[in-house]
Amino acid sequence: MTGKISSWKRRLLYTDAVPDDRSRMRAVANNLILHLHPTKVPAPALRWTYTWGLGGLSALLAVMLVATGVLLMFRYDASVERAYTSIQWLETQVALGSLIRALHHWSANLLVITAFLHLLRVFFTGGFKEGRSTNWAIGLILLLVVVAFNFTGYLLPWDQLAFWAITVGTSLLTYIPVVGEALTNFLLAGPEVGQGALRNFYAIHVAVLPAVLIALLSYHFWKVRKDGGISQPKLGPRERVERLTTIPHLVRIELAAAAALIAGLLLFAIFVPAPLEALADPTHPPNPAKAAWYFLGLQELLLHMHPLAAMVLAGALLLAAFFLPRWDREEGDVGIYFRSRTGRIAALIGLLLSGAFVPLLVVLDEYWLDLPSSLPEWPALVTNGLFPLLLTLGGLALIYAFLRMGLRANRSEATVGLFTFVATSLILLTLTGIFFRGPNMALVAPFLT
Amino acid sequence: MTATPTIPPAGGDTGADNLNRRNFLKLGMGALGALVALEIGGASLFFLQPRSLSGEFGRIVSAGPADSFPPGSVTEFPDGRFFLVRAADGGFLAVYRRCTHLGCSVEWEANENRFFCPCHASSFDLHGHVENPPAPRALDTFPIQVKEGQILVNTGEGQTRDGFSPSQLVYA
Repeated sequence: MTGKISSWKRRLLYTDAVPDDRSRMRAVANNLILHLHPTKVPAPALRWTYTWGLGGLSALLAVMLVATGVLLMFRYDASVERAYTSIQWLETQVALGSLIRALHHWSANLLVITAFLHLLRVFFTGGFKEGRSTNWAIGLILLLVVVAFNFTGYLLPWDQLAFWAITVGTSLLTYIPVVGEALTNFLLAGPEVGQGALRNFYAIHVAVLPAVLIALLSYHFWKVRKDGGISQPKLGPRERVERLTTIPHLVRIELAAAAALIAGLLLFAIFVPAPLEALADPTHPPNPAKAAWYFLGLQELLLHMHPLAAMVLAGALLLAAFFLPRWDREEGDVGIYFRSRTGRIAALIGLLLSGAFVPLLVVLDEYWLDLPSSLPEWPALVTNGLFPLLLTLGGLALIYAFLRMGLRANRSEATVGLFTFVATSLILLTLTGIFFRGPNMALVAPFLT
Repeated sequence: MTATPTIPPAGGDTGADNLNRRNFLKLGMGALGALVALEIGGASLFFLQPRSLSGEFGRIVSAGPADSFPPGSVTEFPDGRFFLVRAADGGFLAVYRRCTHLGCSVEWEANENRFFCPCHASSFDLHGHVENPPAPRALDTFPIQVKEGQILVNTGEGQTRDGFSPSQLVYA
């Protein structure tokens, strides 16, 4: 058991092996990095433009959030009387308090974006194929966990933004059939957002969700390796692909990306502190009262249809995402962005259709279309719920049918077009909610006024 | 050792239907495990069950003498979370301020003669009846009792309704 005296780095990354055992297996088993990554990776998998590093950046953001979150817990009081003042204290009196909070806030917001983009990347390269369907489902659950994290964290500062976003958000949950009422009662622990809700949200935010996240994220990483690394194009019978050692090739890239992200976040957090509005006032909602920005797509949908219809639509799309690997079983096109030339055209069609129809429908519904008033003898659930829902689902079916027959796309390529349409629509609705909704939720031109 | 011939030897199970010792123990373990899970789940649910804290919203509020509210008036009770409406014919209605759409607080706009929700622009008339969607139903109400000329509003029991009907009015 003698050996050279290890440097601290060696001791951190390796377990000292018995000197006479030089087997490769030992070297791998004793290395921390090679517990996470394979020893060698295909050279094309290292291309920046294939993964955009989105999964790794999301994981790094999760680590940043845990680190800053633990610090914040030392300075935060989860009580209605003291929550807001503890944040004010943090912002003005605690050394570097404003910076830590800004880092936490902006990392959380950025994580929603990188996790969503990671989903897009995996979808467009067919990363859910070839036995990766389980990890696709885990990834979708992780995205929901990220949103739940953001939603529960949103309430904690107890300012106007927090109070009303959570009021609107939890009211939305009551429209979920069967369980909605019970779920809202459980979350709020009372008839409205108050001390019970704050305590529940805090416990869920700092204990329940981190436990779920760590378990699922570990599984997500492990599964990537067991599924044979990230998805790559299939090789022809004679083709060979160069394989590079993980150390240093992959690790170097990861370190550079991590350093760039941390530097960027730090700079941003220094110049843009996390927002804090006036103390929550249950009698007076701000006008307009908006949910957190990542829910504004859903909130925009709510302006156009009955909440039950909006929930059914969102639920149906989410369910479709889970069952996607069962629907799209074409395996020849894995690892290729947009599957094929036809797939690229389908995606472009989806993008353009969404870009044309979503703004048009939003404006039409705002100024001209008013089914509930023109058909007063029909119940609102039909005119404002069933009709818009059927219109949307029918539209999606039409687009799919057109791509299959008009473009002669196969199932996989047509799904790319449909997915692009849905994703673009979600982004457009979110942008509308963020920028184009003013007082009384009326449409406004943000850059003119 | 007097083994009865009906019990096959342990470990020699040939089918899942055979209830030998091993299967019996497995079944027993499974049943016990399910029972434990049920108990823990039930205990957690009881532990987490929401209950209104005393002193919070949800009690009987005394609004004052009935004569102090002129017909056609709307008076806000911020702590009770309701508006006391006195209709033109003198009937009372306690309207919960929570918008039935997504839970924002409505405001009484006296010059427009309507309740207005700034979140999604729903509006309601004096009786809480929907004038402008997206609100799916009329504003909820609280039961009113009149005792010795005093108006008592029970904010612990919200009542939902689709629309307004004159039978909802309470007279002093």
